Amino acid sequence: MTRFIFRRLAFALVTLWLVVSAAFFLIRAAPGGPFDGERRLPPAIEKNLLASYHLDEPLPVQYWRYLRMVGGGDLGPSFKQKDFTVNELIRAGLPISLGVGISAFLLSLLFGTLLGTLAALGHNTFRDRLLSGLATLGLAFPPLIVAPVLVLVFAVGLAWLPAGGHTGPQHYVLPTIALSLPYIAAFARLSRIGCLEALGLPHVTTARSKGLSRRRLIFQHVLPSAIVPVLSYSGPAAAALLAGSMVVEEVFSLPGLGRYFVQGAINRDYTLVMGTVLVYAALILVLNLLVDLLYGRLDPRVRSEMVVSND
Amino acid sequence: MRRGYRTSIVYILLLAIALFLGPWLSPWGEEHIDWNAIDTPPSLMHWFGTDGSGRDLLVRTMAGGRVSLTIALLATLVSFAIGLPWGAIAGYAGGRVDQVMMRIVDGLYGLPFMFLVILLVVFFGRNLYLLFIAIGAVSWLDLARIVRGQTLVVKNAMYIEAAKALGVPDPWIVTRHVVPNVMGPALVYATLTIPGVIIAESFISFLGLGIQEPQTSWGVLIADGATRLHAPWQLIFPATFLAVTLLVLNVAGDQLRDAMDPQEKGVRL
Repeated sequence: MTRFIFRRLAFALVTLWLVVSAAFFLIRAAPGGPFDGERRLPPAIEKNLLASYHLDEPLPVQYWRYLRMVGGGDLGPSFKQKDFTVNELIRAGLPISLGVGISAFLLSLLFGTLLGTLAALGHNTFRDRLLSGLATLGLAFPPLIVAPVLVLVFAVGLAWLPAGGHTGPQHYVLPTIALSLPYIAAFARLSRIGCLEALGLPHVTTARSKGLSRRRLIFQHVLPSAIVPVLSYSGPAAAALLAGSMVVEEVFSLPGLGRYFVQGAINRDYTLVMGTVLVYAALILVLNLLVDLLYGRLDPRVRSEMVVSND
Repeated sequence: MRRGYRTSIVYILLLAIALFLGPWLSPWGEEHIDWNAIDTPPSLMHWFGTDGSGRDLLVRTMAGGRVSLTIALLATLVSFAIGLPWGAIAGYAGGRVDQVMMRIVDGLYGLPFMFLVILLVVFFGRNLYLLFIAIGAVSWLDLARIVRGQTLVVKNAMYIEAAKALGVPDPWIVTRHVVPNVMGPALVYATLTIPGVIIAESFISFLGLGIQEPQTSWGVLIADGATRLHAPWQLIFPATFLAVTLLVLNVAGDQLRDAMDPQEKGVRL
């Protein structure tokens, strides 16, 4: 098991290195640079600027310098926001993005699974059809539609909640709902199918014929196997939530990681873009690892596979 | 159940006709500015109202839909062109080759692709071609898995064995016997990738990183509408079109998939 974790961590590190390298060379290969302005800078100043950021060195030297820096945990100075380092910007933005992301993830996981289970337990009844219909409907509402509509209705129209800002919990209500809606739907669909399949499993039938109470049957026998497809989707869902948080941060003007990424991409703030991509990639990799470990806990077959693959 | 599927097809056909013929029938041009009607709500003159520059929103919505759907279709073709051979080769070859190829797919799942697409599009010019190629190049993973799974089933069929016994070379077997037989399920899953691709394009354009003025797409229109909430029709019309289209495509894809997998699942508790 420990060896499995170590192997996955090593794999994750290699992946991170690939992401950083791809981002590094992609940005450098692109036309235009961080100091291109309306007017061309005098050559002497431009030369000094480039030299102070080590942009005048040959590319392999810069690449090696950057890798060493990142390896030491330093993401460098921001090229555009001159008073800040990328570390500082990320430290400021990450809690906001994580706040929205985690609450949206938990909301969609819990609520989605609840709805899906309820639908499956009433298979082919009106409740099932209603909930399944709502889930299909929910999938058609990505954050970029929901977020502005929520602002229009609840902030501009009814004036119940603020349209922007990030100082109190009330500022996170609309962003969380906007971000989680399609994932509630996706989790509901997955857990419904998982539950229906679990209800047909032999050990569930046995447990039922032995006269187990409905509650114990659902919580001890149905849900543990029904949750597996839900879990396997939570890795990709978390990645999609992180990407979706860019839209939500834009609409609700939350100064999170996503906004820094988008601004950095537009302004060619090399270090900021690479830093944010790196943090996103690391988050996604860690989440995937966690999901795999949980998977092993819930499904003994997967666990034995982990052990076998070690030898 | 079949009714929903037929409705979907009718909707998509009507939408396509409206998007491609509509602007031609309308008195207003895509970029025509009506100086007497800036930011006006829906009226008989402008059925969907006008935007902040006095352009007819009905025509803009149709033009945007044309761009969104075209990109979605082309991106899906790109993902098909990568995913189909990838899955078929992995499944047919089996063993080491299969393991390596599917490991690559697994590894790619873990990457923050949306971010790389954005970098690509921003840095190498915001044009339509790059946008759909980039989106297509990152959305072939599911397809590759489905095709591989189907190939594993087809691989053991009698006709493949017969072809092998006759000494037909492997590339020929894959292109002539495997691919045509996995095409059905692959096409079904391709319809399920279209809504995802539409969302990806709208998402990038929404952030201001994709399609640029004077060209437009549903994502751009929704982003514009989101900043002009004093004129809610500018948000509501494009958002409704996008949502309804996504819904219809999802329903059609679901039903196609269910039709191919008739296995009845689960019992009542």
